[in-house]
Amino acid sequence: MIRLNGVGQVFDGREGSVTALEEIDLHVRGGEFVTLIGRSGCGKSTLLRLIAGLLVPTSGSVQVAGEPVTGPRRDVSFMFQRPALLPWRSVLSNVMLPVEIDKGRGGRGKAEYRDRAHQLLELVGLQGFERRLPHELSGGMQQRVSLCRSLMRDPQVMLMDEPFSALDALTRTELSEELQRIKMELSTTIVFVTHSIEEAVVLADRVVVLTPRPGRMREVVDIDIPRPRSLGQDAHLTEVAAISGRLHALLSEKADVRPVDEVPR
Amino acid sequence: MTKRSWLTSSPVAAVVLPIIGLVAAITLWWGATVVFSIEPFLLPGPWDVLVKFFDQPGQLLSETGTSLLETIEGFLLAIVIGVPIALVIVRSVILERLVYPLLLMVNSIPKVAVAPLLVVWMGFGQWPKVVMVLLMCFFPIVISTAQGMKSTPTELVELMRSLNATRTQEFFKLRLRYAMPQIFTGFKVAISLAVIGSVIAEFVGATKGLGYVIQQSGASADTTLAFAAIALLSVMSIILFYGLVLLEHILLPWAQEKR
Ligand SMILES: Nc1ncnc2c1ncn2[C@@H]1O[C@H](COP(=O)(O)OP(=O)(O)OP(=O)(O)O)[C@@H](O)[C@H]1O
Ligand SMILES: [Mg+2]
Repeated sequence: MIRLNGVGQVFDGREGSVTALEEIDLHVRGGEFVTLIGRSGCGKSTLLRLIAGLLVPTSGSVQVAGEPVTGPRRDVSFMFQRPALLPWRSVLSNVMLPVEIDKGRGGRGKAEYRDRAHQLLELVGLQGFERRLPHELSGGMQQRVSLCRSLMRDPQVMLMDEPFSALDALTRTELSEELQRIKMELSTTIVFVTHSIEEAVVLADRVVVLTPRPGRMREVVDIDIPRPRSLGQDAHLTEVAAISGRLHALLSEKADVRPVDEVPR
Repeated sequence: MTKRSWLTSSPVAAVVLPIIGLVAAITLWWGATVVFSIEPFLLPGPWDVLVKFFDQPGQLLSETGTSLLETIEGFLLAIVIGVPIALVIVRSVILERLVYPLLLMVNSIPKVAVAPLLVVWMGFGQWPKVVMVLLMCFFPIVISTAQGMKSTPTELVELMRSLNATRTQEFFKLRLRYAMPQIFTGFKVAISLAVIGSVIAEFVGATKGLGYVIQQSGASADTTLAFAAIALLSVMSIILFYGLVLLEHILLPWAQEKR
């Protein structure tokens, strides 16, 4: 579904260039749930933005559904760390934004999608809040709206950049359960960035560990724990803990390549 | 705690508090004229001013109408010209560098100095007044609009990009909407300046308007009449300003939260 071949990304900044990513080879199968972990600044967001077509790689190639990525695709949705809701739009109208944009470009009518929007909002427990403005909702509720919005176009691929990191533990657990349910129902392909190792393990079919400066793939770990999994009470605590421990060790290793990559111009 | 929250949050308090402030100021004014027994031709009391107004209410109100019309016309013209200029400036760095210094220069000219020139160019009708108002309002509107258009969070821009929005959609559905509160701030600054602009223009070469009344009353040492005209001007300013505040409340209910 997603294929990255020798992908590298170099940013030209004021103080020389920064190699954010180097030699990334990754193949994500259709319906697979891949989580990305790594220290801050190791290029996780950059990798997602490359897949999303928001950024053009300086080297290598990115393919989605067998086609080279040239820009944002309709069947790929991006979910940000913060809810990124338009503050003047009601909950419903925020969820409708993607199809409204399609309509502006000659897509189908709005009404057909309204039912879908209500359905999604109900799925995440927001029925009755359709007319509220974002600032009237809690952070967790806003992130749910954002989730609904990213599901609105029935994406084949969902790219999620630390979507739950601003939430409290309980909401986080709930939402990650919900996400697994949605994923199993729709067999969406998901690439999910997180700072939480436990979250990465609980959600993933495979965990990709990135090391910083330059961002490289350190290791890919298969997770064979049966689903549905949970971070909550009936968690598969022992299995998760065992794998998490290994990932912790991987992450705290010093990067084995060049320590500094800032190349002066 | 309860007392404070009532005073800051209740809509009744929002109306009552300014009135209390106003009444206190007028009482102080009245007290000063009585205690120091000031001659009315130096400083008339509030009562004298009120009597003066009711001597010839129709006349004064019609002068107010003249000034009000000039003010609103100039203000609207400033919006019609200023907002598009700001939108263009924001889109192009070259244009910004080309135009900004010019705008700054025009803005730094003392407007009083231009008033006689406007009369020479445009005569004694309402045009020099409208243009003066325009000159006064133009700058804050351009600045705040440009500022607002630049303030779109990158996150939301990236959202629109990821949704494959066209440039036009990004502009109308995101950037312009996001700038509205700041544009309104510019409007609120501009409307007070607009009133000042109309008075300045009426000082020079006018036969109507509150500025003209003030100027005439100076010549005939009718201080009380000048005060009546000034009071009407302030009332006009306040009404225009709160009119904009009300419009903002209606049009941008989502923006109130940020205060
Ligand atoms: N637009 C840009 N211009 C210049 N440098 C950039 C840009 N975007 C990212 N970088 C650099 O690329 C590197 C990786 O950034 P990225 O945002 O992908 O990290 P991240 O792994 O998502 O970090 P975090 O976990 O803190 O979100 C960083 O060193 C950052 O400074
Ligand atoms: Mg990031």
